[in-house]
Amino acid sequence: MMRILKYVALDIIKNKIIIAYAIMLALFSWSAFGLEDNAAKGLLTVLNIVLLTVPLMSVLFATIYVYNSSEFIELLLSHPIKRSKIWKALFIGLSLSMVAAYVFGAGIPLFIFAEWDIALMTIAVGSLLSVIFVAIAFLSSIITRDKAKGIGTSIMLWLYFALLFDGLVLFLFFQFADYPIEKAVVFLSALSPIDLSRILILLKLDVSAMLGYTGAVFKNSFGSDWGLVLSFALLAFWALVPFYLSLRKFKSKDL
Amino acid sequence: MDIRINYRITFIIAFFLFIATENSFAKTIHVGKGKAFTSIRKALSVAQSGDTIIVNAGVYKEGNIIIDKPLHFVGKDYPILDGELKHEIISIKSDNVSVSGFRIQNSGRTAMSDPGGIKVYDAKNVTIEKNILTNNYFGIYLQYAANCIIKNNVIKASQKEENQSGNGVHCWKSDSLQIIGNKIEGHRDGIYFEFVTHSVIWRNIAKNNLRYGLHFMFSHNNAYITNYFKHNGAGVAVMFTKKVVMINNTFEENWGDATYGVLFKELSDCYLSGNRFIKNTTGIYFDGSNRITAERNLFKGNGWGMRMQANCVDITISHNNFMGNTFDVTTNGSLTLNQFFENYWDKYEGYDLDKDKIGDVPYHPLSLYAVIVEKNPPAMLLYRSFMISLLDKSEKVLPSLTPENFVDNKPRMSPYNL
Amino acid sequence: MIEIKNITKNFGKLKALNGLNLELNKGECIALIGPNGCGKTTLIKSILGMVLPSSGEILFNGKSIKNDNDYRRHIGYMPQIGRYPENMTIGQVIDMIKGIRNSNQVLDHDLYEHFNIEKMLDKKMRTLSGGTTQKVSATLAFLFKPQVLILDEPTAGLDPIAAEILKAKIIDAKERGCLILITSHLLSELEDIVSQIIFMQEGNLILHKNAEELKARTGQQTIARSIVHLLKTETL
Repeated sequence: MMRILKYVALDIIKNKIIIAYAIMLALFSWSAFGLEDNAAKGLLTVLNIVLLTVPLMSVLFATIYVYNSSEFIELLLSHPIKRSKIWKALFIGLSLSMVAAYVFGAGIPLFIFAEWDIALMTIAVGSLLSVIFVAIAFLSSIITRDKAKGIGTSIMLWLYFALLFDGLVLFLFFQFADYPIEKAVVFLSALSPIDLSRILILLKLDVSAMLGYTGAVFKNSFGSDWGLVLSFALLAFWALVPFYLSLRKFKSKDL
Repeated sequence: MDIRINYRITFIIAFFLFIATENSFAKTIHVGKGKAFTSIRKALSVAQSGDTIIVNAGVYKEGNIIIDKPLHFVGKDYPILDGELKHEIISIKSDNVSVSGFRIQNSGRTAMSDPGGIKVYDAKNVTIEKNILTNNYFGIYLQYAANCIIKNNVIKASQKEENQSGNGVHCWKSDSLQIIGNKIEGHRDGIYFEFVTHSVIWRNIAKNNLRYGLHFMFSHNNAYITNYFKHNGAGVAVMFTKKVVMINNTFEENWGDATYGVLFKELSDCYLSGNRFIKNTTGIYFDGSNRITAERNLFKGNGWGMRMQANCVDITISHNNFMGNTFDVTTNGSLTLNQFFENYWDKYEGYDLDKDKIGDVPYHPLSLYAVIVEKNPPAMLLYRSFMISLLDKSEKVLPSLTPENFVDNKPRMSPYNL
Repeated sequence: MIEIKNITKNFGKLKALNGLNLELNKGECIALIGPNGCGKTTLIKSILGMVLPSSGEILFNGKSIKNDNDYRRHIGYMPQIGRYPENMTIGQVIDMIKGIRNSNQVLDHDLYEHFNIEKMLDKKMRTLSGGTTQKVSATLAFLFKPQVLILDEPTAGLDPIAAEILKAKIIDAKERGCLILITSHLLSELEDIVSQIIFMQEGNLILHKNAEELKARTGQQTIARSIVHLLKTETL
């Protein structure tokens, strides 16, 4: 698998989009921190990049890349290589390069301008989000053979997780405002990797506010050592499950 | 002639005798191994008013030590007075007593008599200085005291539950106290006042206390200056009091649901200046308070910089810095009878065309989402999501839910140098 | 060498292969013929493991190819339309396949040399003409001296000279004792190399015969004519 991974990685690096993505991230992050008069406000801009741009880029690039690799996959399949290895190599290659681009683009300014633990959390969460949305891209591109449909599915999924889900949750808040819904809300947030990521960063960024009121519930749920482990496990779950489903489908796919 | 000389001699002798008795009256008694006394109690029983008792290093388990005459009670090299978790350790029941240089530990625990490490009963001019008090129920306890000085003591306890712990410095019905330079940790309340007046609280550090760092009620005309309150279970709460001055205090990292940098409940005619509220869940909480001026304070990195309930009147918030708070100000109603002006808000996005350092556009410190969270706390979970940013932005353009008169008409463009 | 046992493949409602049974042996050069959409490519892809049959099984040297990939070590495959990663150069593709195969056997560089691949190593795959792509495919198929060669329309798009070179190479392989499976529309091209004929129609095996036998039975000179004759007389 390492050999295939090598060629995948080489191919992705040659693809200029990933480099442009890294540079774009760097530009946005540096200017966010440079233009705002305090680091906290710059961080908010970066947070929006992490929560919106990173998933979108990951899901789109990965979907298109997987469709474009159909020749590559076919070529390899006539040789003595296990199917799962090809798929895994593609996934790892894409994930690594998306993470690398993110860490290079947003990670460096984060480390320079933001506080250590916030920077670390933002980088960890952003990296995980990259991987998660690559996995989602794999799933949506294996579901349909049609490239346009696949890209459409990916964008819809992104739209759902990044925007619609929040609206839905807010709506539920108002509907059930009179009930003790804190616990339910904690559960609900686990249903969207973007929300889970946002809360994890929020717990670092707005630590004081999160310690009050219902924040304490979240702090106890997500912020404790176990909660942190659980949250990251959930995020890993979000990356592994879509990929595993796509892998199962790929193994029995006719090419 | 003889008679006269005799008279003179008699006078002189009498004079020397007088001086001698005076000297013996103010004698110094040493307690310790190999000294005149090995027992503090014995030394106390023979001591006369005005004597100095010097206790040398060692462990003394003598139960309740009662000082009922004016004495200087001095520890040398921090002798340990151990209450064995059964006794009140030092009880001062006389005026003009000073206690210094002891390590006082393990006082009794019964909640009925409120045993303290050092307890002052109904006394004036008592000085308690440079003692180390560890693992006591109450640390230093004053009742009906006046003109006392409590200075540079270190008071620590390590109980886990509020009901197993007394307060670090506890004062009740006292007047004209000076509480200076004490370090109080791990007690229920760091400093507790009830009916204490005309006192000054200066340079104390209260941190990691189970409930409040500072807690007072019905304690008028006191000044709190340059104290440091950090990470106390419920922050600082002050209630039902008039004429309080708080200057240059720091309130930091007081975290929790009902935890406040400072809770002002039913206070009036107070002045706050130069205080720093940093990383608290809530910086200041004003509830039913009137005629309060807060100026040149710093609110930084708090969840809520300030929560002002609608039942507050005539609160003036001016020339403060609000920086990096999740929410700067919030309220629970739409009526506002308080005023904000010339504060610096880091969230302000206006401009200053006439270059007078005052923004040309008024600033509404109450964000829509602060209002939503106030009504619907779990919504905090959605904070900073794209949806919410959108809502907040639209509210800034077209205010509909936030009170119109909750406004700083003269927001500063740049922070004050506080 | 390759045994195909009762395999069926459905694409939705379409039956691409319908209960096919075949036995392909060493040293044979088999022409797989039939009209468009008769299931030739599906059959080939099934043998290669790219298409998974709905039922039935395929044995390679007596072992089922299901969940196996190592048997492909012995197969050289030349696809009908070679699809390669567009951004890679010819050299990189060849290097990559070598790297992935990672075999230390002596490589067969005949076609590499005859097709002058060396001069085109730096060309990107997407810039290549169909014929050049076929040359690359052919080179790769023969590179590892496989025991089985599966050639899907090998001469389509090749210029006559290249086609001749390839044909010579196929004959050479046959003489070495390889099993060769060729599909082609142009039967005339295969005339002198083919030893067996498999004719398929709508997923069914119509005929599997020795070429000489077929010619003798139908009394025709060429395989193509024999097939046409058979189809006309419907004596299948």
